[in-house]
Amino acid sequence: MATVAALPRQSGSRQRMLDRAGLIFLQLLMTFILISFLVPTLWMVSASLKASTEIFQHPITWIPKDPQWSNYVRVFQVIPLAKFAENTAIVVALSVLGTIISSVMVAYAFSRIRWPGRNMFFSLLIATMMLPEVVTLIPRFLIFKQLGWIDTWLPLIVPYWCANTALYVFLIQQFFRGIPMELEEAALIDGAGRIRILTEILLPLCKPVIATVAVFALLQHYNSFLEPLIYVNSMDKWTLALGIRSINDSNAANWELVFAAGTVMVAPIIALFLVAQRYFVQGIAMTGFGGR
Amino acid sequence: MTASTIALKSRLPSRLKLREWAAGYFFAAPFIIGFVVFTAFPMLYSIWLSFNKWDLLSPMRFVGLQNFIKMVGDARANLGLYNSAFYTIIAVPIQLVISFTLALALTQKLRFRDVYRAGFYLPIIVPLVASAVVWQRVFHYEYGILNEVLGWVGIPAQKWLFDVNLAKPAFIFMSFWMIGRQMVIFIAGLGNIPQSMYEAAAIDGAGSFKRMLHITIPMMTPLIFYNMVIAIINSFQTFIPAKIMTDGGPENATLFVVLNIWQQGFQFFNMGYAAALSWELFVIIVGFTIAQFYMSNKWVYYEA
Repeated sequence: MATVAALPRQSGSRQRMLDRAGLIFLQLLMTFILISFLVPTLWMVSASLKASTEIFQHPITWIPKDPQWSNYVRVFQVIPLAKFAENTAIVVALSVLGTIISSVMVAYAFSRIRWPGRNMFFSLLIATMMLPEVVTLIPRFLIFKQLGWIDTWLPLIVPYWCANTALYVFLIQQFFRGIPMELEEAALIDGAGRIRILTEILLPLCKPVIATVAVFALLQHYNSFLEPLIYVNSMDKWTLALGIRSINDSNAANWELVFAAGTVMVAPIIALFLVAQRYFVQGIAMTGFGGR
Repeated sequence: MTASTIALKSRLPSRLKLREWAAGYFFAAPFIIGFVVFTAFPMLYSIWLSFNKWDLLSPMRFVGLQNFIKMVGDARANLGLYNSAFYTIIAVPIQLVISFTLALALTQKLRFRDVYRAGFYLPIIVPLVASAVVWQRVFHYEYGILNEVLGWVGIPAQKWLFDVNLAKPAFIFMSFWMIGRQMVIFIAGLGNIPQSMYEAAAIDGAGSFKRMLHITIPMMTPLIFYNMVIAIINSFQTFIPAKIMTDGGPENATLFVVLNIWQQGFQFFNMGYAAALSWELFVIIVGFTIAQFYMSNKWVYYEA
């Protein structure tokens, strides 16, 4: 880690004391900023446990006087939150699976096999990174409408089986590059098929990068809002993101319910973050990408 | 073997080679198919759409350049552009300053650096829909936490999302909360600056301010540039907070470009016009990106 202020200095103990004072000040300042960054989330969790009278009270209380765990029971009754969670799990699982399988395949084709058109398609892949999603928003909707896919999960899943996020392909490709070619050439000569080479030799070696891609893809699909908003109409097919939006509209005055629903949606992601933090941070450091 | 058969053989790919080609297309098939179906065709279709009028009910009607002519004079569309530009131009530089400063601080010899980093990064992973419903209430006039805190230091309560002049600043303020990604990129970059450079500068008698000005910042310009490009592209495409928190109000003060396109397409069902508007945004974003790449030659320092 680079250190700027904390470099060794020869200018004696007075300077050292000043440096220490600076560090202590910085430590306090950072703690203050950290707390302010956490306030919105903590406020949400705290208010989700309050009685509505306590939410609308001055001055604000941080620890609910009388925690209303029943808010969480009520929110599951007011909107079919369990159904939304189930739908989200299915959609996210299928699209993340598709992202991984297709990205690995395409990365393999671009990095280990020579075929005519490879460079052209690779340039196209790079070009898609620059393309703002919104350009294809309207035509995609019309195409899916033509296909009869509106009000199904297909538009949320199928495109992601097509390695459509160039960054994931790059990440995996980068990893493949580090694996010596001889390994699979030997296997090819022994008559092993390419699918076997990919699944039995390469994949076990690139678990970390796949974990990173999985974490990012999971976040991306879990958070996805615009796509479900456009493609999914019937409530029984909604995802959590649409559910939160609907309770925010239908129960705008019942903050405790809105916040409870929000907490239900946020909790699994924070749990995942705490467990898999290094994959998040690695991924961003590698690609400069994450979340949205 | 005669010379001619050898020549023929070398022109035709061998069976082994053909098999390799087939394998290449097989493994690349998901991308090739996906690119054609979900990117290339929609883009062509979108160009065609932008020359047509279509409400999904009556048949599509070719109108030539009418959508583009309408777009130039459409006060609502221009307001959307203005709002997005205002948001981007003010939010992005401040975001960069905040994330760079936090990254610098987190590369000092502090305790609990991992805790700070995780805390600053956390808002990024909170689903934006959930963030939006919370921030909508953070800004609430009577019961919002922001006015409560401002009240502690004697600043009178504001109407934020209901005030035409404060709605955009409120969105900008919210965006400062979501700088974790930029910060992590900066931290990674700061870690890559060779320590020997600082040591050499220290021996030459450069103080920490000079080292910052002459080593840290120049070395970081590629990442500053990168973060800036990404932040501008993202800011121009803000949708979720605007949809959830204000739906464009008050008095269209937070009607951002993408929200306007969404409304034209999915509320007013002007499919052709919405397609034309999205091409306008496309040109702006790509133009911005290219312009920045040109300008970057002047100030971005790339190691030879």
